[in-house]
Amino acid sequence: MAGFLFWKKKRGAEVEPEAEIEAEVAAEVFEAVETPEVDFVAGPSLSGQTQIAQDATPKPAPEPAPAQAKEPAAVEQLVAVELPKRSAKKGIRSLFSRVKFNPDNLDELEDILIQADFGLDASTAIVEEVKSRAKKAGATDEQELKGILAAVIAENLEREDKALNLSDGKLPYVFLVVGVNGVGKTTTIGKLANWLNEGEWSVFIGAADTFRAAAVEQVATWATRASATLIRPKVEGQDPASVAFEAVEAAIKADADIVIIDTAGRLQNKVDLMGELEKIRRVIEKQAQISEVLLVLDATTGQNGLAQAKAFAEIAKVTGVVLTKLDGTAKGGIVYSIQRHLGIPVKLVGVGEGINDFAFFDATEFARGLVS
Amino acid sequence: MFGNLSDRLVETFKNLRSKGKLSPSDIDATLREIRRALLEADVALDVVKDFVSAVRERALGDEVSKALNPAQQVVQIVNEELVTILGGAQHKLNFAKKPPTVIMLAGLQGSGKTTLAGKLAKWLKDQGQTPILVAADLQRPNAVNQLQVVGERVGVAVFAPEPGNGVGNPVKVAKDSIKHAEQKMFSVVIVDTAGRLGIDEELMQQAKDIRDAVNPDEVLFVIDSMVGQDAVNVAKAFDEGVGITGSVLTKLDGDARGGAALSVASVTGKPIVFASNGEGMDAFEPFYPDRMASRILDMGDILTLIEQTQRNFDEAEAREMAEKLAKDTFTLEDFLDQMQQLRKMGSLKSMLAMMPGAGQMRKQLDNFDEKEIDRTEAIIRSMTPAERRQPKILNGSRRARIAKGSGMTVTDVNSLVNRFEQAAKMMKTVARGGVPQMPGMPNLSGMGGIGGGKGKSKDKGKKGSKSGNPAKRAAEEAARLGLGSASGDADAGSGSAFGLGK
Repeated sequence: MAGFLFWKKKRGAEVEPEAEIEAEVAAEVFEAVETPEVDFVAGPSLSGQTQIAQDATPKPAPEPAPAQAKEPAAVEQLVAVELPKRSAKKGIRSLFSRVKFNPDNLDELEDILIQADFGLDASTAIVEEVKSRAKKAGATDEQELKGILAAVIAENLEREDKALNLSDGKLPYVFLVVGVNGVGKTTTIGKLANWLNEGEWSVFIGAADTFRAAAVEQVATWATRASATLIRPKVEGQDPASVAFEAVEAAIKADADIVIIDTAGRLQNKVDLMGELEKIRRVIEKQAQISEVLLVLDATTGQNGLAQAKAFAEIAKVTGVVLTKLDGTAKGGIVYSIQRHLGIPVKLVGVGEGINDFAFFDATEFARGLVS
Repeated sequence: MFGNLSDRLVETFKNLRSKGKLSPSDIDATLREIRRALLEADVALDVVKDFVSAVRERALGDEVSKALNPAQQVVQIVNEELVTILGGAQHKLNFAKKPPTVIMLAGLQGSGKTTLAGKLAKWLKDQGQTPILVAADLQRPNAVNQLQVVGERVGVAVFAPEPGNGVGNPVKVAKDSIKHAEQKMFSVVIVDTAGRLGIDEELMQQAKDIRDAVNPDEVLFVIDSMVGQDAVNVAKAFDEGVGITGSVLTKLDGDARGGAALSVASVTGKPIVFASNGEGMDAFEPFYPDRMASRILDMGDILTLIEQTQRNFDEAEAREMAEKLAKDTFTLEDFLDQMQQLRKMGSLKSMLAMMPGAGQMRKQLDNFDEKEIDRTEAIIRSMTPAERRQPKILNGSRRARIAKGSGMTVTDVNSLVNRFEQAAKMMKTVARGGVPQMPGMPNLSGMGGIGGGKGKSKDKGKKGSKSGNPAKRAAEEAARLGLGSASGDADAGSGSAFGLGK
């Protein structure tokens, strides 16, 4: 199965043979339609090397590299990596598993969407849109209407920037994982680390949740499972920002590809804790740029999810949402409002407690799953 | 973000007040707003529908049309109905006649079971029980470890024969724990179980097996107050699966309105027993249906505010302060102290949001700049101790120095000193039992007693936020009053929250 293509640091001396591998992979990218990497792979005729060049030129080369035959400096350090694709086996449950879809009364649809946590206003808006499109298209039967509904949801959730930012070549990529208590931050980190590790990335995890009892042990267990290097606090209750700093520092020193920083769960209305998060962010940025700030959101979350996203976006500059626990009965409709109001895309979904139970968010798949 | 229900109802009722009587169409308009408020608070749709139709029935009845202020009456009905569903009176834990009493905790992943187990254990211990925690979550990485740490923090024994992380049989652990507790004479056994989905049949069976093995006196369903519409499905699944006897609402220190409480209470018919509301191990209390009702309707939660204040406000310090006020020795140093006291309670904004009637100030609240406090603090800190004690000695050159030291302008320093003087004067009045007249302060009935306060509020008046003021006052009120009399106060408060009393 086609994987996702990202750029990571080239290790060892095997610089040359990559061109053909990449040509192959480049073709595959077109199968993996969901990857926005497609965007910068300008055309199948381009060689892998050129792709790297296109990707790498806009930013300054991290360090002076020996001049290569015809490629710019940074190329030597980067190699395309295929990461294994994850698919949501368990997937999302249909909106219509409990209530039947009634093509004759579209108003009922509003209730169904409300029950999926889309919220009153979004539900009303979606139904209005479905009605008007149905009228235009003259659609009346269940299949057609469901198709329209799926299209409306998918179009509003579809985003160009939904893939993880692992492509700009500024290594190590730093991921900061944030969220309220109990949403699945640590589990998400374990899954992510393992996935990256399978793609032969060297992953560091910073255990910056120094608050909750045994949180460091929990992330340590995941780090072991995922063969990632864990940077622990040196003393109990150490300032989380300093743990984050040390993790990034260690990763840079070890020439790692990625650092994932685990943070303590915090409710968004706690000023002190949000201030602490701001500090963590600030401190990390002294050494490296942060490629992703992932807000982990439990799919069972109701309308408060919007308040969560708003607060975390403001303080931590969230770049993407990870929607967890989608294997339950909850639909996570709040992400619709989050994307509409705050423009934050959903990037990943969690579908279970197993290390492989996650997938990249795909709006079309999500919408199709909802109306199936 | 959202205007609260009282704001909206005030809007809806604007035209009604003159008419004095509600027509069925008036009632429908009202009910639409109520429906919206409940949905925004995440009350499950089916529960909302039942609720609204119950309210409609009562609203159309005699009691409204004969009431002096029908609008207010409708809100009263809503409140009463909410309280009824949420369990009326407070529910007490069932203790076994022959110890140990067994309490089993169950719920979704991440709902806060392990933390809650610790809080519950501490609460029981404080009441003279000898609880033991049982680590029957052998699923989640280091859940056992976490429970051990929690147990240690609250000074409660933990029964953890298995390491967890997928190793060990939770049913056996639970069963053995009872024997252990009997032998060692523990009076309460709290069984922490792994988080599970309501639709995971295998794990629900396991929960059932644990229940059958320990024969609990209470099976408490633990649910996150931020959960949305799915609360009904989850609660139903757990009730059918393990037969819950009550629920516990966690993370109430967040700003979720907590409609899940209503959904859960409504579909299970079981009371909500406890509320967990903070990071500390003692952030745990019995559930109060009336407070939750106000919260769901976004009508302020004065009681929680008062309690929060009490928790953080040193009573001795407060008394000292009151004496100082009466004796006219209130200084800028005290002012600084007070500001720091207030700080401990968290963001002023979030505290003010708990005030009844705060909805009407919501816009101003949004504009309230927390940094203003930092700046005030900076100015005071740039003063010498003598200046802080005697602001009168602040002459021009001193003021210029202070402005320089704090990075502010002389005007800022002047305005702070002026505000302080006015505040001190006002506080003196308050301390002697009077009610000062605050310029620009909306005279909310029920909040009449909550008047004077901190000087800060005055300059905020320009921007419109009267903020610091009532909070401060409530803080003093809380420190002065016992809990009993505080609740009486709050009743008056919630009346005004409807904004219809005038």
